[in-house]
Amino acid sequence: MGVLVVAAAIGLALFLMRPATNETVVVLPGPDGKVGTVVVQRGETRQVLDQPYAASRTGEAEVARLSDAEVRENFGATLQALPARPTAFMLHFITGTDELTPESKAELQNVLAALKDRPLPDVLVIGHTDTVGDAAGNDRLSAQRAETVKGFLVDIGIPAGRIRTAGRGERELLIPTADDVDEPRNRRVEINVR
Amino acid sequence: MRFTMAAVLLGFTATAWAADVGEVKVARGAAHLERGAERLPVRVGMPVQQADKLVTGADGTVGVTFTDNSLLSVGPNSVLAIDQYVFDSTTHAGKFDSTLSKGTLAVISGKIVKQSPDAMHVRTPSAIMGVRGTEFIVKVD
Repeated sequence: MGVLVVAAAIGLALFLMRPATNETVVVLPGPDGKVGTVVVQRGETRQVLDQPYAASRTGEAEVARLSDAEVRENFGATLQALPARPTAFMLHFITGTDELTPESKAELQNVLAALKDRPLPDVLVIGHTDTVGDAAGNDRLSAQRAETVKGFLVDIGIPAGRIRTAGRGERELLIPTADDVDEPRNRRVEINVR
Repeated sequence: MRFTMAAVLLGFTATAWAADVGEVKVARGAAHLERGAERLPVRVGMPVQQADKLVTGADGTVGVTFTDNSLLSVGPNSVLAIDQYVFDSTTHAGKFDSTLSKGTLAVISGKIVKQSPDAMHVRTPSAIMGVRGTEFIVKVD
């Protein structure tokens, strides 16, 4: 009888002490192969995950390693639901105009192809100029460059309401120069997409 | 009275502007979002706000892009609460706390973490994770 009570008490204690949940945390390498760091604090235990596929699990004192197959089996559907990564493009212009350089005309096709299938893109288009000409004229030109690029995006079906434009004139030079310097790399539009 | 109305309207506008912290970009299967007493079906394009709770069914997955470029997705049978989200788009300072009570979560951290490591935390029933960068996954059975 006494043995049964003790056994029941031990059973109850084990039941109450069990982790309420089975949990796994795994860090993954990014597209460039780099791995970040996640610090897992579980009660008094602290584990630092900073290697590819390093895993922290409830009830395990040591950091484990998951295989790629285990990750896919347990997290495949979840990873598939991640939205597309934010990305950025740059296009360049012929001096004093909102006409793309021949190289950027070709690049534009890559940009459009990359954006066409992105569901519900948020786009920010920012126009810039070099330091040739006066500041007010460059404000107008940079805004016009951004509007021209917006037009290309609207043409492939991105709703105009999801595209914001801004003209920064000669305020944010990619290549710092003195005034009145013809610098092709500063005559640009940045396209930020998320 | 007129002043009060104006203040209320202004307050409302400011709140509505600040309230959207992300947007649903991916939605498949059964999923809903709990916002206060409301229970809203999840659809692509839906704004996400601080204090929202995402709940998925057996075939549900949802992916959200946040204003700091953080990406989060939840798998089937999951419950994820956005406890706190603050982001200053000028300084990139902010705070991002969420809780996964069950299911699976994938995270790619954004500008908040880049600017201030340890500004993002994910809680589970047994642990708290400090995020110092980039990509990780969490499962709670």
